[in-house]
Amino acid sequence: MPLVEFCDVDYKIAGRTILSGINFAVEAGETLILLGRSGSGKSTALKLTNGMLFPSRGRVLVDGKSTREWNPIALKRRIGYVIQDVGLFPHFTVARNVGLVPRLDGWKGPDVERRVDELLTIVGMPAGEFRDRYPRELSGGQRQRIGVARALAADPPLLLFDEPFGALDPVTRFELQQQFLSWQKDFRKTSIFVTHDVREAMRLGSRIAMLGGGRIEEIIAANDFPNAESTEAHAFLKSL
Amino acid sequence: MRTDLAQDIVRLTGEHLTLVASAMVIAILLGVPLGIVATRRPGARRWILGMASVMQTIPSLALFGFLIPIPLIGGIGQRTVIVSLFLYALLPILRNTFVGINGVDPAVSESAVAMGMTDAQLLWQVQLPLATRTILAGIRVATVTTIGTATIAAAIGGGGLGVFIFRGVASVDTTQILAGAIPSAGLALLADWGLAWLERKLSPA
Repeated sequence: MPLVEFCDVDYKIAGRTILSGINFAVEAGETLILLGRSGSGKSTALKLTNGMLFPSRGRVLVDGKSTREWNPIALKRRIGYVIQDVGLFPHFTVARNVGLVPRLDGWKGPDVERRVDELLTIVGMPAGEFRDRYPRELSGGQRQRIGVARALAADPPLLLFDEPFGALDPVTRFELQQQFLSWQKDFRKTSIFVTHDVREAMRLGSRIAMLGGGRIEEIIAANDFPNAESTEAHAFLKSL
Repeated sequence: MRTDLAQDIVRLTGEHLTLVASAMVIAILLGVPLGIVATRRPGARRWILGMASVMQTIPSLALFGFLIPIPLIGGIGQRTVIVSLFLYALLPILRNTFVGINGVDPAVSESAVAMGMTDAQLLWQVQLPLATRTILAGIRVATVTTIGTATIAAAIGGGGLGVFIFRGVASVDTTQILAGAIPSAGLALLADWGLAWLERKLSPA
């Protein structure tokens, strides 16, 4: 059974169609890239996955169950979410930010602390140096590493990435992309990853879903993307 | 004579503080929750902010006039004064609560929701701490204004430092006017400093 499945999903708001006729399935362990221009509805698709939005038509299934049937809180706690602006809590230390979801889930203090130290190591931020700092004391790349650590904290089976590296300088972005691949290899998480960067899509994805005008034009294996046929994919390839 | 005046100043300052403190406590207890409701219910927002703004536009003496005939909250004396001072203090507190919460970085609120915080957790752990500074600024403005406005309480027998001012104006006695005005201004300054200090102390990071 796929971990996430979109069945004929439309999303409309205020009379405007953002997504229409969306169908795709995400298999356990893969990274599905949603590639598209700004305003193509990619971020909306992520929000439909974790129940921040609900489809106007069709169904989104997570673990085979419609997002409407899930307890909204339980669904979100099962899904890690990383956004471009990171959204770390400015009044929490790094450790409190990272330990947030486990604490919400009722983990005991020492277990949370252990998990935080473990995660900081995973994202390459030595706990001794960083755990008591505040987000404003970190660089953009460091902040995004903390954002990833926070999303991984309660060990969710599914991760959503909304242009997580879009605001970083090219060198830092490349380093984090490399890290992403190594995390992916170590933890075999399932991810849906939104980007408008075709290089990033081909580097990180297992498959790429090409979005254009609120529709999926084609879904193709990432390493086969240079042979993609849709007009939107051609437009993206031309930009390389 | 001298000691009489000093005793009066102390007594009336005490009365003045009682009026202001009572009005502020009620205004905070109602203004902050109403401000929170306004961020949660778009339908109620217009009514809440609108009503509070309308209150602000009524001249204070006229408000006394309206309140005096109303049973329970009206009449001559302190009660009417406290009710009207509270009505004036409400808007800055309510509006700053609303603005403070709505002003929290949308990325922060969005990731709180995405991580599975309940609305109560979002409010208590994220939005209120981040809005503290703005809310306290509203309380500070309201307090300083209320200390000044409370001097007109004497017009309807509410007591306070306004007693000196009204008496001084009636008898063209500058000493009396200053005996009311200086402590009142001093209280306002003290409140301003004290609350500014608290703002810095309590604002997160």
